[in-house]
Amino acid sequence: MTLTLLAAGGATIPDIIVFAVSAAVIIMGAFGVVTSRNPVHAALSLVMTLFGVAVLFIEQDANFLAAVQVIVYAGAIVVLFLFVIMFLGVDRRENIEAEPLVGQRPLALIFVGVAVASLVALLVSSHWVTGAHGVVGPINGSVNPGSPGAPSGEVAQLGKQLFTTYLFAFEATAALLVIAVVGAVVLARRERRDLEKPSVESPDDEPSSDSSEKEVLR
Amino acid sequence: MRVALLIASASLHGGIAMPHIAYLAILPEIVMLGGAILLLAVASLVRSALNVTVITVSTLVISLASLAAALWQFFDVQSHGAYTTLDHAVVLDGFSVLVTVLVASAMALTALVGDGYQRREGLAGPEFNVLAMVSATGAMLMGEANDLVIVFLGLEILSIALYVLAAFNRRRAESGEAALKYFLLGGFSSAIFVYGIALTYGATGTTNLTQIADFLAKNVVVSDGLLLAGLTLLLVGFAFKVAAVPFHMWTPDVYQGSPTPITGFMSAVAKAAGFAALIRVFVSSFGVLRVDWQPIIYALAVVTLLVGAVLALIQTDIKRMLAYSSINHAGFVLLGLEAAGALGKVGARGVSSALYYLFAYTFMAIGSFAIVSVLGGRGDAAHEISNYKGLGKRQPFLALAFAVLLLSQAGAPFTTGFWAKLQVVAAAVDANSVPLAVIAMVSAAVAAFFYLRVVLLMYSPKKFVSDQEGDRLENLDASGDAVASTSAREPLWSGSGRQTALVNELNATLLLESSPETIEVPDEREGDVVNVPVLAVVAIGICIAVTVGFGVFPAPLADFAHKASLLFMP
Amino acid sequence: MRSLLDPTAHLRTLGALASSGDPLFVHGLNWQVWLIVAIKVLVAFSALLVSVMLMIWFERKVISDMQSRIGPNRAGPWGLLQTMADGIKLFFKEDLLPERADSFVFKLAPYLSLIPALLIFTVVPVGGVITVGSHTFELQVADPPIGILFVLAMSSIAVYGVMLAGWSSGSKYPLLGSVRASAQMISYEAALGMTVVTVVLISGSLSTRAIVDSQAAAFWDWNLIRLGFLPFIFFMIAITAELTRPPFDLTEAESELVGGFHTEYSSIRFALFFLAEFMNTITMSAVVVTLFFGGPDGPIPRFIPTAEIWMPVVWFLLKVLVFLFIYVWFRAALPRFRYDQLMDLGWKRLIPMTLGWLMIVAAIVVWHWWGLLVAVGVVAAAVLLNRAFAVGATREEEHAILPPVGQRVWALSASDSGSDVDAERGDEGGPR
Repeated sequence: MTLTLLAAGGATIPDIIVFAVSAAVIIMGAFGVVTSRNPVHAALSLVMTLFGVAVLFIEQDANFLAAVQVIVYAGAIVVLFLFVIMFLGVDRRENIEAEPLVGQRPLALIFVGVAVASLVALLVSSHWVTGAHGVVGPINGSVNPGSPGAPSGEVAQLGKQLFTTYLFAFEATAALLVIAVVGAVVLARRERRDLEKPSVESPDDEPSSDSSEKEVLR
Repeated sequence: MRVALLIASASLHGGIAMPHIAYLAILPEIVMLGGAILLLAVASLVRSALNVTVITVSTLVISLASLAAALWQFFDVQSHGAYTTLDHAVVLDGFSVLVTVLVASAMALTALVGDGYQRREGLAGPEFNVLAMVSATGAMLMGEANDLVIVFLGLEILSIALYVLAAFNRRRAESGEAALKYFLLGGFSSAIFVYGIALTYGATGTTNLTQIADFLAKNVVVSDGLLLAGLTLLLVGFAFKVAAVPFHMWTPDVYQGSPTPITGFMSAVAKAAGFAALIRVFVSSFGVLRVDWQPIIYALAVVTLLVGAVLALIQTDIKRMLAYSSINHAGFVLLGLEAAGALGKVGARGVSSALYYLFAYTFMAIGSFAIVSVLGGRGDAAHEISNYKGLGKRQPFLALAFAVLLLSQAGAPFTTGFWAKLQVVAAAVDANSVPLAVIAMVSAAVAAFFYLRVVLLMYSPKKFVSDQEGDRLENLDASGDAVASTSAREPLWSGSGRQTALVNELNATLLLESSPETIEVPDEREGDVVNVPVLAVVAIGICIAVTVGFGVFPAPLADFAHKASLLFMP
Repeated sequence: MRSLLDPTAHLRTLGALASSGDPLFVHGLNWQVWLIVAIKVLVAFSALLVSVMLMIWFERKVISDMQSRIGPNRAGPWGLLQTMADGIKLFFKEDLLPERADSFVFKLAPYLSLIPALLIFTVVPVGGVITVGSHTFELQVADPPIGILFVLAMSSIAVYGVMLAGWSSGSKYPLLGSVRASAQMISYEAALGMTVVTVVLISGSLSTRAIVDSQAAAFWDWNLIRLGFLPFIFFMIAITAELTRPPFDLTEAESELVGGFHTEYSSIRFALFFLAEFMNTITMSAVVVTLFFGGPDGPIPRFIPTAEIWMPVVWFLLKVLVFLFIYVWFRAALPRFRYDQLMDLGWKRLIPMTLGWLMIVAAIVVWHWWGLLVAVGVVAAAVLLNRAFAVGATREEEHAILPPVGQRVWALSASDSGSDVDAERGDEGGPR
């Protein structure tokens, strides 16, 4: 017995409910991000948005993507944001009434309006052929129905894509991550004091201070 | 392939067929990236910090090996034709080979210039060169990418390394500011670029450039809003990378704030890679849509040419001036791209002219910034154009070299700059874009003015120096003495005696033309004479040799660019 | 979005969500299915709450035994109702809101801590498959195809509770505690994830049910043995750190931080944190059992033919109990780590080791002899890495303003001695 109340577009009532609720959550979160006075609240609103998107992913049978969305974005990136906000102590309320650039706000509003309108226009008018070439087989179907042990489902398909079509992209990502780590370390590394004053490797007073410390301890 | 089959046959679940990998196609990248990581690993394993010489030499070896791999690719392409590999993610054709050659040479030259810079600024560790090499890898990836995802990854690898390099000298506040600006705007433009990829994928169902072209050739997209939006966003992303107006805002600040050798690297490599990917994506994938994108490129080219040239006029900082001049150059390359939108031979000529321009620009830019770097002095701060007054008297060889490079940028005959400008303008005329060609000529004339201003300043006699200026120069003279006295400790190139003679020889052999009065050993120092590191001399020499050599004998390079212009088409 | 806008979209029902896993949804949704799901949720929820109560009692009792004390023995038989009594007491206490607190976040944080703890348990298989009437279902609340990723996702969400609790209190100690806690959780999440990947590699699925099924033959098929013990050890360490239980309980080190991130909490909100902490201990023990000990699978399965429904559950509970005991044992026996040791262990030891083992397992899965080759490579890499750490440490020492934390020789006071040397070093600005 399937749910027989199919809406016109092929979506079921639960589908629509889930979509409506998560869309509301997403939009509320998005507004929260830009209107919160407190950066921490803004970050939390962002988490809300990300969760809403994750739910939409699940509704589209993209379970893996949903999990990755939560783990990577909500679990790592926003946590990092919060971490920085807390550590740097920038968690005070911002005065969002002040305009650093005169006329910036109305311009931004106009720009956003145009962008949203054109996106909607694009959505409605355009022809989408997403998935015409890239997908190996139907989601939730067996990739290779002949063999019994064949992996099925989206994770297997993702894996297959990753090691065929996007193999090189996958490898290149490794280079990207390496350079990101190296770059982060280079930027975060403490400046070595001795470079400013060359050859202060072994000043004469150094050992004496050590011994004095030890004496104090004794 | 054998290995891939082995994995496939042995894997648990029946396996997946791994794509065929032609390792030659990605050999330069493997060498460059592998070398960089190896260098980093070795540096972390030896107890004492690696010597700058060791780092420079290994960087040179790696870059030259990469260059050799690229040349091997060239002969392979000549004999076997272009092909794609790795499930069509990567393409090996003349175009990609030329970009790889460019990037590898730029890397080698930057290593030469960077050596002296690192010594002067007291920067230890291999990270400077490692980051540059990884950045170069990203640039190479962009040149040979046949998939929008690879283009994006190449762009990010290139950019992230450059963000860090821009901030590398953390003792300079401008450096941090530049990096932050570059990072924020770059991140923004990357996001726009990805959005463009997503929309393109939505419209064509693939990210592969060949398949996009295939799709567009076989289908008529009736409601093409999505496709055009994707195209536009991609163009914005590229335009930011190549600093085309109105997406150029970051350029002067970042060029000014970055360490000068990196500015040279950035201007050459980021521009070459950005344009390479731009040309490949637009010509080979979206060729069908040329009617749509050609006008946009046209408009971009016009504003880029004019804004770059006009704003360069009013700069007082040499690095900012060169930044605006690089924007102007970007306009010229856009001219070539606009022509490349035409069909058939004319289009091929457009591609070839753009490539030629990029090639010429790479050596001019790195050479110019190398000289600026050398003259920047300790702290990399003396970049006022007024500092160049009387340089011809103080350091005639440096001044001559700079003059040659600047004249080449201005498009003086017997330099690559001249041929490059000639080619793009001719291509534009061929493509029936005569007004654009005229605008380009006008902007070249304006640009010639600010290049010549610097040249004249360098050779202006000292009597024009006002009293105040004279006092300042006296003071600088004293500081110059201090620099000279410290030079005994540092292996720097001092301007005295035997060594100067060596410089003469070098310059005399490298410069095909050298007027007798410039070979004179300079009498007493009159301004702040800076030490010229020998490796920087080599780098500048190579740049001038290329600029003048191919300027006098343009045929081989034009031939190379022509061979490279035959893009791999599905 | 697509299903709403694209008229050609295939019929999608909620049932299709889990069609690759749970047999309950094979025939779609009807009221019986809803009922079964509701019952499963209720049973799991109440069982979890009760088990938390018992767990707290168990912990106090066992620790008392180990410390030669008696422990709770007043409320109820053997003090069993002590937790209940404590809970009632907490419930009736005044709910304090610190003056400088961010009230919304302050109130939100305990729930952010508790809910992930509850949700993780939903994907743990506690028993086999039962058929009631025409409905076959699994003894676990949900069996999403990405089960184990769900566990990781929820455990990364749990960071928020801790982090926000400390921040929103508007007070120093909680903030320090929460910064420590979140740094610790993030650090160990990487190692945790990589051990989970080894399990997924050998099981060939992300679904917790499939992971359990793949270990079902006998105890030598348990992942503990199939993966060669080490991943289990890595996982135990990582999960203990993730739970911030002793010896990784720096986040609430009383001697340094008063009470850690929940210092400012009182009454029912404090109780919620307490609940979440113990619930996490239980669910994570259950996850360990699922991943490495065959879940509800007995060592010699089904040796009592009539007990097919109950025996797996009993086995499951017994195994979980063992781990609960181990956690209590840890707490009684092990001293707390120092913060730098914790970070060193996480980043410099655990992550490389899990990564190395992951590579070896992957190579063996592909081809046995490759495994050997990769193992050699991993050993070589380990040697090089160690060398790099050693070199890095000596460089640190050369340039450090302070010696490494473990080797500090503290002078009584820099100003006491009053020597020129000390004054000079003070000028350099290094913290003394």
